[in-house]
Amino acid sequence: MSSSTISPSATLPATPSGQVTLAVVAKTVEADGVCRLRLADPAGRRVPDWAPGAHIDLGLADGTTRQYSLCGDRWDPYAYEVAVLREPDGRGGSAYVHDVLAEGDAVEVGGPRNNFALVPADRYLFVAGGIGITPLLPMLEQAAMLGTPWTLLYGGRTSASMAFLDRLARWGDHVVVRPQETHGLLDVAGAVAAQPAGTKVYCCGPAPLLAAVEAACVDLPAGHLRLERFTAREQGPPARTTPYEIELATSGRVLDVAPGTSVLDALSEAGVPVLASCRQGVCGTCETTVLAGVPDHRDSLLDDDERRRGDCFYPCVSRSASDRLVLDL
Amino acid sequence: MSMHAPPVPPLAATAPTTSDVPTMDVDPFSDEVLVDPLPFHEALRETGPLVLLERYGIYGMGRYEEVHAALVDWQGFQSAAGVGLSNFRRETPWRPPSLLLETDPPHHDAPRHVLEPILAPRSLRRLRERWAAAAETFVDELLEREEVDAVRDIAETFPLRVFPDAVGLPQEGRQHLLPYGDHLFNAFGPDNHLVEKGKARIGAIAASVDAQCRRDVLSPDGFGAQIWAAADRGDITHAQAPTIVRSLLSAGVDTTVHALGGVLQGFLRFPDQWQVLRAQPSRARVAFDEAIRWESPVQTFFRTATRDIAVAGGVVPEGEKILMFLGSANHDPRRWHDPDRFDLDRDPSGHVGFGMGIHQCVGQHVARLEAESLLHALARRVERIEPAGEPRRHLNNTMRAWASMPVRLVAA
Repeated sequence: MSSSTISPSATLPATPSGQVTLAVVAKTVEADGVCRLRLADPAGRRVPDWAPGAHIDLGLADGTTRQYSLCGDRWDPYAYEVAVLREPDGRGGSAYVHDVLAEGDAVEVGGPRNNFALVPADRYLFVAGGIGITPLLPMLEQAAMLGTPWTLLYGGRTSASMAFLDRLARWGDHVVVRPQETHGLLDVAGAVAAQPAGTKVYCCGPAPLLAAVEAACVDLPAGHLRLERFTAREQGPPARTTPYEIELATSGRVLDVAPGTSVLDALSEAGVPVLASCRQGVCGTCETTVLAGVPDHRDSLLDDDERRRGDCFYPCVSRSASDRLVLDL
Repeated sequence: MSMHAPPVPPLAATAPTTSDVPTMDVDPFSDEVLVDPLPFHEALRETGPLVLLERYGIYGMGRYEEVHAALVDWQGFQSAAGVGLSNFRRETPWRPPSLLLETDPPHHDAPRHVLEPILAPRSLRRLRERWAAAAETFVDELLEREEVDAVRDIAETFPLRVFPDAVGLPQEGRQHLLPYGDHLFNAFGPDNHLVEKGKARIGAIAASVDAQCRRDVLSPDGFGAQIWAAADRGDITHAQAPTIVRSLLSAGVDTTVHALGGVLQGFLRFPDQWQVLRAQPSRARVAFDEAIRWESPVQTFFRTATRDIAVAGGVVPEGEKILMFLGSANHDPRRWHDPDRFDLDRDPSGHVGFGMGIHQCVGQHVARLEAESLLHALARRVERIEPAGEPRRHLNNTMRAWASMPVRLVAA
């Protein structure tokens, strides 16, 4: 099969924690304080599909897990790209990526999930602050393919600190680059006011920029402002590293699940069939009702509200945070 | 398009040419093959992983590995040129293309992103009790009769009782849903007598189906209204909303009907499996997916190569059509043990009966809930399902279907 361009094992198997293991195949400096990672399966298999606006969980060998927007090319199904800003006051993750992580190192990748999808519009105004350019970058090409006119307003401290200026050059005057050192703060209000009706505004960047854009867009119709809050949410490693119990409500049976085993496999070994399909927490086939206990969600399906509700989970990738999880099986 | 080449050798002068692809001259859309495709599928798989089907000048894949790989490779095998024989690059589609089935990213993204949560298992929970009750009543009625036709009286009737209500359709026009789907799935094939027989009525039927997608006729709590609400939120456009509602009516009725026909046929042919289900009704979901594998109600879909693609020693040239035989992949002995047996002890996970990848059936959870509701009620109340006559196939260019299946339901 070596001459085939369709990969035989087309989908990467997820680990019991719902992640895939990828290797850093390239690490390059993208701007002052920003490095870009290219992540791929060492065996050359496809990585799970994504769309612009999606992010992945990056689990590092130092035990931290951080979320990064995908900024590469989805027409290349064999790799993810993320760009990481060194955060001086940040927790360990970004410093580890910059100082320790090297080409060839393995990383655990969860997701991708998308809370910032590109929706149809008459026109787009993209507003990026600093590293907030990353989720917007793949949207530009998509907008062009959709035939939707767009403008990108891109601010940062200095031009040297602003990533991807070279990639953006091809878009000419669609892109307005405004480093703070020469232009001051972005004129968000002016940019929003200049847009015709039907424009949708996408913004990613630091909290003050998001607040300014929100203020400038108060009069837009519902759904016309889309924000990605780029403050890294700590998903953290699995909630527990110790075994837990699964109780099957129908029979009252109790199974012990070791941390390295998926609940789906534990159920299967116990002769309790739960239908699954993707085994990556993506398709939702194995959704199982949770009657008691607290799930440790590792899927790509539930939003934050649904996760908090805790009344269902996906045993192919998710686990238990509590000592016992009672399932409607 | 990619800035980084995938880890495969480029196609060079030494690359295989189309002449290396074995050929077959069988017409996969002939009545003979449609009545019983299994012998053709076996010949296809044994001829090679990639075969040139000379009758139509198209490529075919019948082995699980290549079919699965092609399904997930949306970059190389596109849908926007049509998932039937007709090549939209050169021919005009008979109806405005689906915004889901017949699109590629980025156009595919927003409609799929909207429809997925509306049809997700967690959204269907509100239907679970209602459908379970509907199934109880339905089985009560069935058991009043000596004999029933498992196709007309069960597989066609139950979905039409619950699904149009869940979408929020008006009563008027529901009788057009099955003929619409039948013609649509015929039209993915060549312009043969099966397509011909639908042509006279399809204009009026399609107009009726389109009329059921309008906001003002849909009930306020169904899937249809939720699609229109997504347009109000700006997640899709108002112009897209009716075409996305139409997808539910195109892809959600005939497919489920024939899947239920398939699962009932499975229990008729393998009566021991009915006892397995009766002993453990929680296996209803597995039974249904095993039937999707075993019967493969959607037998085939086409893709179109976006570039020259090397497949296991042959090349599919850019712009050419590839026919993926889902039913054959689901019976490939390289992947499945004793594939022709309908077996509840099998793990059918990974079958390609719902497709795979970004176009995988978005309504699969709805179909599973319909089947689970019905099979639960039947398993509780019916001790045996016995044949009461010869079953008869319904021919369709894309779907494997039954026209009639006389049975006796022996009450428990």
